Order: sequence, then structure tokens, then C-alpha cells
Amino acid sequence: MDDNIRTELKEFILKEFLPGEDLRDLTDDLPLISGGILDSIATLKLILHLEERYRITLEAHEADKSHLDTIDRIAGLVEAKVKSRAS
Amino acid sequence: MNGTRPLHQSFVETAASRPERLAVVEPGSGAITYGDLDRLSDRLRDRLVALGVRRGDRVGLYLRKSIDAVAAIYGALKSGAAYVPVDPGAPPARNAYIMQNCSVRVVVIEAAFEAAFRAELSGERAPPELLVLSDVGGGCGLDRALERIAGSAETAGTAASAPGDLAYILYTSGSTGKPKGVMLSHDNAVSFVDWCSEVFGPVADDRFSSHAPFHFDLSILDIHVPLKHGAAVVLIAEDTGKDPQRLAQLVAAENISVWYSAPSILSLLAQYGNLSGHDHSRLRLVLFAGEVFPVKHLRTLCGLWPEPRYFNLYGPTETNVCTFHEVPTPVPDERTEPYPIGRVCSHLAGKVVDETGRIVAPGEEGELCIAGRGVMQGYWSLPEQTARGFLLDRDGVPWYRTGDVVVESMPGSYLYRGRRDRMVKRRGYRVELGEIEAGLYQHPKVKEAAVVAHPDEEAGVRITAFLSAIEVKRPSLIEMKRFCSERLPLYMIPDRFSWHDALPKTSTDKIDYQRLKEMG
Repeated sequence: MDDNIRTELKEFILKEFLPGEDLRDLTDDLPLISGGILDSIATLKLILHLEERYRITLEAHEADKSHLDTIDRIAGLVEAKVKSRAS
Repeated sequence: MNGTRPLHQSFVETAASRPERLAVVEPGSGAITYGDLDRLSDRLRDRLVALGVRRGDRVGLYLRKSIDAVAAIYGALKSGAAYVPVDPGAPPARNAYIMQNCSVRVVVIEAAFEAAFRAELSGERAPPELLVLSDVGGGCGLDRALERIAGSAETAGTAASAPGDLAYILYTSGSTGKPKGVMLSHDNAVSFVDWCSEVFGPVADDRFSSHAPFHFDLSILDIHVPLKHGAAVVLIAEDTGKDPQRLAQLVAAENISVWYSAPSILSLLAQYGNLSGHDHSRLRLVLFAGEVFPVKHLRTLCGLWPEPRYFNLYGPTETNVCTFHEVPTPVPDERTEPYPIGRVCSHLAGKVVDETGRIVAPGEEGELCIAGRGVMQGYWSLPEQTARGFLLDRDGVPWYRTGDVVVESMPGSYLYRGRRDRMVKRRGYRVELGEIEAGLYQHPKVKEAAVVAHPDEEAGVRITAFLSAIEVKRPSLIEMKRFCSERLPLYMIPDRFSWHDALPKTSTDKIDYQRLKEMG
């Protein structure tokens, strides 16, 4: 599950925000927001995508750097949300 | 007394007192002494007068850079006319527009450009007379052209130009798409040349470079400062001027002592000129103007040429140089911010104003305005644009609005912030595109950086960085974005990074922002 989310996430981010970039450069710990790769509009687009794709809801306080800055963190957040939905 | 003499007066006096001295060197084509240049320009003056040129007229120069062209400048000035140099490489339609716009009476033109130029003039009611030179080089083309019609002209004598008479008109690109003619008087020019004498202390043994084309205002210093002081000017042809290896050879072979150019070619010299392989020990002054010199290239240059003094000169064509700053060398390793444009030249006055024209407090940003003897007379037949270009103070003194935003960083010394029209608002923040460029230049692989903004429905403004790299392998988008995020606020990070082998340049070798904007 975890790896699937990561792969899907990377594909989405590459396609939407980093056209032409090498998948290998998009590492799990790359700072996306604090590293200037996702600006505020891109972050919003990412959140909308996550909510739709995984049928989850992100709270306002989760739409920030501390929850979404790296692939690792995003995957962790999505996984927890999906699990709590299933239970 | 300073300023009351015409622009060509000091040259004529040197020619009388030291006729045997070398005035102009044209590598590969020859050289000419003060005496011969004086006589050649006298003959042209006589011919121009015979063709109907009178004091207050205009004479067009449609010539490649050459001794012939320098003689034509002095011939036109002696006839009492203002000279109007055009870029011979520009489209004939543009040059025809310029010549018609200021209704030149005579155009001194090379045969190679004649047919295309005549075609553009057809249908014109009062076309200018053409004085056709079969070729240029060493002054021979002009000499032969005048020889052919020898005897037809009587000695006219040099016109008694007044300080307020126009000396030259330089056309710059107008925001409307039509070039506009910046009118400079003899007094404008002489006050600038005299300021150069005061600050740079030229001597008769100096050898000045002439790198800029004659339709560019850097040429005023290149030509008129050395020829005021009995020094020599070395003309650099256009193709040599773009080739750092050949330029480095030329600086050594011609014993250049004063170099003046835009920073871009100095950046190339520093990187590719193999400067340490040449003897450039005669070089005592390196002057640059026209755009911001990226600090990393300036540091490299100062490292390779440690001896000369370096001056950052600033000013639009409308004022010529109006502020200057001597760059202390060496440039410290840790420095990344560009050098100040410095303090206002002694023949001018400056002030910094806000949008309403009020002087701002020291340390606050505002538009630099310049008044004094060096400030242009206006734009040729554009009274409204001229009026918009000036701010009148309570005493009725006209201050030229440079359109450049500066801040007084130390008492009397200004820091350049950018063009007034290069300030954009993004997400409510004021963004100076030049600041993004300065940030991009800090990347070790970035050779050139230029940033443009476009209106964007979604984001308000979309920022594109145009870049060229030092190596074939270009940094990735991720690398660039991360790099920017470490140096710039997030709202200043460009939306797009567009890599090119080289950025497009204008005819004066500055980055062509107009083209970049069109490229999107």
C-alpha cells in the first residue's frame, strides 16, 4: 500500500509540477514546499488530488509544510487517513 | 572656459598643436594622425556645406565603424550639423525611418547599403542627398569619395556652433515600437567629456578602446574623450568585438590602456579570453556601463586583471553617464550583491522621488531623477514624450526621470534596484525581477540569467527565468527550484525555467528583454 501511494504521488507531482524531470531526482525526502517546488497554488492542487484520489478529507491545519513537505510525510498522512476510513 | 566650446573644438586644437600624433587606429586597415583626420573632416565639411548643410541641420551616418566614420562625425560637427549614426546592421526600413524622422539633409553611406536604403526612401517627398562611399576602412573610402568630386567645393570654414546646438541624435528603442531620437547638445556632450577628464585623468599616451557601436552612447566617451586629450582611440570591429579570444589579443597588441564596454563582453573575456596568456600591463582603467555586472564574473575578471582601476558607470542615453562607483579590488569571495551605481557626477544633480514626485527619505526606494548640463534637450519631434520624461520642480528646473528605482544606501551613493517597469506585484508582494536574476546568478552553473513577467489569469503574474549554462549539462528543475528557495522568498521563485545555449542580445549587446517577452 505504502509503496503504491509513493509511486502514484511521484507520478502525479512529476506530471503536474515538474514536467521533464527525472523520477530518480524526486526522492522521498525531497522538501517540496520549503524547497520551492510546490508553491501555494500547486499545494492546493495536490490536496484536491489527494482528497479525490483517496476519498479522504484533509483538515485545514494539515494543509501545511509539517504534513505535506515530503513524499514520506504525504504518504504517511494519506495512509493514516485511508486506514481510519476503513476502520 | 569649459562648456562654451563646441564638441569638436578640443580635437581641432590638438590637431593644430600636435598634428603628427596618432588619433585613430583601425586594426587591419590603418591609422590616421590628428592632422590628417582634421583635414579629411574639413574636406567632408566643405562637401556637406556644398550639398546644402547648414548650422542646425542633421547629417546621417550609415557606415560601419571605421576611420571614415570618425572623420564623418567631425565633418558633420564642423558643418554645424548634428550627426545621426545608425546601426548599419539594422533593417533598412528602420534606418530609413530614423533618417526621415529627423529629416537629415545628407546621409553619408557605404555603397553596400545604398540600394536597400534608396528602395526604402522611394516615394519620399524630400529625400536626403546621399554621399556614397564605395567602401570604408582607414579613411580611404571617404578620401576617394571626396576626391571624385574635388574642386566642386570651396573651403567653407567651420560653423560657429552654439552650446545649445544639437551635436548628435541617438535613437533608442521606444516603448511604442518606433525608435525615438534622443537630442544631445554640444554643451550636453562637452560637460560629460569634461567630467570624464576630471575623473579618469586621460593623458596623451593613453590608448582607448572603442568597443561599442557609434549609435550607442558609450561611443561618446570612446571617441571624444581621447581626441580631446591627444590620445588615440582603437576601433574594434563588430565581429572582433564578440570574440573574447581575439579581443584579448587586441588589448595586448594595441596596448589598450582604457577599456570601456558593456559588462557582457567583459564577462566573456573573463571566462573565455585566456587573459592570463597575454600582456595587458598597459591597462589602467576598466569602465563598464549599460547593465548590471554579475558579481561572479566581475570577481573573475578582477582576479585575472588585478592592476587596473574598475569603474561602474550608470546612466541612460538621455543623460549619458550620471552616476559612477569605483569598485574596490579584489572582489571578496563572499560578495554576491551587485555594486552600487555610486554617486552623481559633478556636472549633474540627482534626487530620488516617489510616485507623486516628492523626495523620499534616505534609505527609501524611489525613482532617480537627474538635472544639469548633461541632460538631453528632449526627444526629436515628440513634445509629449519629452514632457512626460521630465519632472519640473518649483523653480522650473527640468529633472529627467530615469525610470530606474534606486535607494541611497550610503550618504550620496545610490544602489540600483531595477527598472520602474520591472517591478511586478505577485501575491501582493512587490517583486523586483532584477533581484531574482541576482539570485539565479549565484548558481555556479548559471552563465546568463534574465527574468520576465507575464500577466497570468490564475496566478496574476507568471515569472519565467531564461537561462544559459556554463556547461552542456544543465541543472535540473528540481535543483534550480531548491537553489532558489534557499536564496529567495518563495513568492519570488520563477514558475518556469527556460534554458538556452545563449540569451538573445540587442545590437548593443545587452540582453534583449523585448525578444524574451515575445518568447513567453
